[in-house]
Amino acid sequence: MRHAQRYIFGGIAIAASVVVFLVPFAFIILTAVKDRRQAATRSFDWPTSWHFWDNLVEVVRTQDFMLVTAFVNSIILTVASVTLLVVLGAMVGFVLQRRPSRWTPIVNFLVLAGLIIPPAVVPTIWVLQSVGLFKTLHGMILIEVAYGLSFTILLFRAFVATIPRELDEAAIIDGAGPLRLFFQVVLPLLKPVVVTVIVVQSVAIFNDFTNPLYYLPGKQNVTVQLTLFNFQGQFNTSLHLLFMNILLITIPPLIVYLFFNRQIVAGMTAGAVKG
Amino acid sequence: MAVAVAEGSVPIAKARRRSRTAGLYPSWFYLPAAIIFAVLFMLPTFASLFFSLTRWTLQKADFIGLENFAQFFREPFLFQGLINTLIYGVVTSGLKVVLGMLLALLLTSDIFGRGYLRAVVFFPVLVSTVGVGITFTAMMHPTQGLINETLASIGIKGPGWLTDPRFALYSVALVDVWKGVGLATVIYIAGIVSIPLEYYEAAKIDGATAWQRFWTVTLPLVQPATATVVILSFIGGLRSFDLIWAMTKGGPGFTSDVIASVIYKQYQAGFYGLSTAGNVVLFVMVALIIVPLSLFLNRQEVDR
Amino acid sequence: MLMRNLTRAALATTGIVVILAGAASAQDKVKLTFLFDNAPSTVAMAEALATAFEAKNPNIEIETESRPGGADGDNLIKTRLATSEMSDVFLYNSGSLFQAINPTQNLVDLSAEPFQANVIDSFKTVVTGTDGKVYGAPIGTAMGGGIFYNIPIYKELGLTPPKSWAEFMANNEKIKAAGKTAVIQTFGATWTSQLFVLGDFYNVLAADPNFATDYTAGKAKYASTPAALKGFERQEEVFKAGLLNEDFAAATFEDGVTKVATGEGAHYPMLSFAVANIKELAPENINDVGFFAIPGDDAAKNGLTTWMPAGLYIPKTTKHEAEAKQFIAFVASVEGCDIQTQSAGATGPYLVKGCTLPADVPPAVADLLPYFQEGGHSAPALEFLSPIKGPALEQITVEVGSGIRDAASGAALYDEDVKKQAQQLGLPGW
Repeated sequence: MRHAQRYIFGGIAIAASVVVFLVPFAFIILTAVKDRRQAATRSFDWPTSWHFWDNLVEVVRTQDFMLVTAFVNSIILTVASVTLLVVLGAMVGFVLQRRPSRWTPIVNFLVLAGLIIPPAVVPTIWVLQSVGLFKTLHGMILIEVAYGLSFTILLFRAFVATIPRELDEAAIIDGAGPLRLFFQVVLPLLKPVVVTVIVVQSVAIFNDFTNPLYYLPGKQNVTVQLTLFNFQGQFNTSLHLLFMNILLITIPPLIVYLFFNRQIVAGMTAGAVKG
Repeated sequence: MAVAVAEGSVPIAKARRRSRTAGLYPSWFYLPAAIIFAVLFMLPTFASLFFSLTRWTLQKADFIGLENFAQFFREPFLFQGLINTLIYGVVTSGLKVVLGMLLALLLTSDIFGRGYLRAVVFFPVLVSTVGVGITFTAMMHPTQGLINETLASIGIKGPGWLTDPRFALYSVALVDVWKGVGLATVIYIAGIVSIPLEYYEAAKIDGATAWQRFWTVTLPLVQPATATVVILSFIGGLRSFDLIWAMTKGGPGFTSDVIASVIYKQYQAGFYGLSTAGNVVLFVMVALIIVPLSLFLNRQEVDR
Repeated sequence: MLMRNLTRAALATTGIVVILAGAASAQDKVKLTFLFDNAPSTVAMAEALATAFEAKNPNIEIETESRPGGADGDNLIKTRLATSEMSDVFLYNSGSLFQAINPTQNLVDLSAEPFQANVIDSFKTVVTGTDGKVYGAPIGTAMGGGIFYNIPIYKELGLTPPKSWAEFMANNEKIKAAGKTAVIQTFGATWTSQLFVLGDFYNVLAADPNFATDYTAGKAKYASTPAALKGFERQEEVFKAGLLNEDFAAATFEDGVTKVATGEGAHYPMLSFAVANIKELAPENINDVGFFAIPGDDAAKNGLTTWMPAGLYIPKTTKHEAEAKQFIAFVASVEGCDIQTQSAGATGPYLVKGCTLPADVPPAVADLLPYFQEGGHSAPALEFLSPIKGPALEQITVEVGSGIRDAASGAALYDEDVKKQAQQLGLPGW
């Protein structure tokens, strides 16, 4: 009886998942390999002729290999910002949880504020310019860090609570300073939540559209999401190339996911929801 | 994590230990993060409070007092935008809570194909919002789109999902749920997995039915996860912009405008002061909703 | 033997000289950046111009960059100017959008450039700042805002291009009765919804010659000026008469162009530059499309609302002003026009003296040209007579054109929008 139920529910769930989740992806893939005319009909049908390679080459070559530049920029941006977020966020989360002081309520308030307040775009450009970081990848990295810190700190603070203080005390006896304690003892123990932060933030930053649009203008600074503009103009949309582009830029987040798949739930379990 | 928002009360015993170990937790650990946050987030935010009181061309700012706020509230479509923002926030976060929990229950049970299902539910989280928006805009096309063609083949004339003022906002909200439910599900899975099995066994011994076990054990004990999902998706929903912009641009006309898209349009038009004032309005509105809500959700948890 | 050695030495020396020359030119090469919108015809035109210019001026290299069009593009231009990040040369609209980028503060004065002698005066006025100085040069051709029509449908039903609104609606009824789509609207691209209002301006001026001045001064309003309100009313009328294509709410600009070219619909209100798009999307139907002005009440006063081409501008922040001016002068020359015609096709008259169009223009362009010629009836669109254009017009016309809002309240809403823009520009009287 239970055995049968397991298969019945499983079968229904799989059928539903195909309709709800797989059809849209099939639509992306099918449109990406069609020719221009067939793609323009937006129909969900089998390609009359296959143009996977042609479309791929055209998308990659558009605007002097803009997509290649975009991939390089986006990967640098993502890796650098996520690294900074992990280290800086963990440092704050650690001290915040371990040592309540008069700073604690202020930091808590700022963390919450960072989560709630929508960034003020124009004043931010104004600030970036005055410190000479506008239109630079460095500036963009710091922006992503500033915007991602709140969420990261929340995750870390919750998780640090699960690490016994006795470890810290043992470290003192061994004569460790704060840096050694943090980098050699605490940070390695934070691994599950580090994985969560890496997955969530790298997907968010890699897929960020709005912020690079404003803080990182210029052809040589293009990021992957902005390459979608190439095929969706005011007067002209090439659906086949647009969807090929979507397909290509979905690959890196997919790799990150496949790589960390098993650990995501573990990280959430350990840190996120224990409070 | 949302739970932690209002956490701040510290057991006294721990506080006493503080002096001995304070050197291990130096305040300068805050510093690098604080500098970045202060310069690139706080400073522009404070500047925006000033600029919201001006007519600003980026090169010069004329002080005009509260005129921008008055103008912003005179925007004929702003009131509708406020309502839409609330609808969008409530619909998306509500559905993410309900569907996320149901999916998590299903995916923590001994169901056939569990690994595949977990992966496929999470998959949309990985695709860019703009990509999702473009895809669904094509699929929701009133005459050529996959959804209406499918409906037509079984004899139903589908509505203009994104072009009928009655449906546009809800269609976008549904796509938002489609994209975001994977994250909610993972958070719920984490919450359910961390409930000790003894509770269920004890309930079983007491003769509780599956429904009763859900009601008395699972639901109260996943409260932290619920709080997290509600807060995160509500904040996301109220601030939501990317998807709406990618799919309807607030249209048809102004009918699916939310505050964030009204702000963006003012910005696009070069009304920088007005747009910045809108930013302040959005900020106040989100704060007025989220702060009491998170306090409420946290108190619930303490009561448990 | 000696001879051969000498030759070899000579060759080697020449080689060295050539190498040196190459090195020198690479060192001195000035790199100009050039920004334009990403419409395929603009891209083709801009890149062809850049290549031709580089060939003539080996010491200058042009790096091209395309940007989104529409409101996103407006925003990008404003932000980059305000933050001193603008390219050395950029392409942007003339008229009211030009006024909105604060030309007197941001742009280099081009009034005294020798090439201005060849630029037709009517263009100069739409790139002149509030200080009376000329800041731009024309790129592309003048356009008309009117209605494309499908010639085979007109032949089949025995119709003639209408001169008055009543004739137009009578044609529409016949087309509808024949089971065809009479009017194509494409609100999937919101900007395309504005034609009934903006393209009706010739008729507004005919009824009220002072409208533009009074409007700029804040005295004339759309809602309270019957002639101006008419554009909104006609948009509403067309919707209510049930003349539109089934997918009007989602169709895009390309859909509209394709439909009118292939006869899926009879009329498409649009700017005449769309001829280039017809050529691209339905080349076999290019001879099936004609063009007429949006008709007014009186057949005797029929005329076309015209649009000036975009301009090329130089921001004050450029480090290569001389080279940038050299490039602009090249574009605004007869040679520049010919390169534009070759790369993007002929879509209307140029604004540079001496520029000519090939004899075999498509019928839509042939229909367009008489309005511009001497004795033709045309008037510039409002955005070239007044610096104020409200940014929300396209959403408002979508609402009026799809029955969400009635014409009167649409016009009133637009007046509010215009007021905001006037205040932002700091105009007197608002």
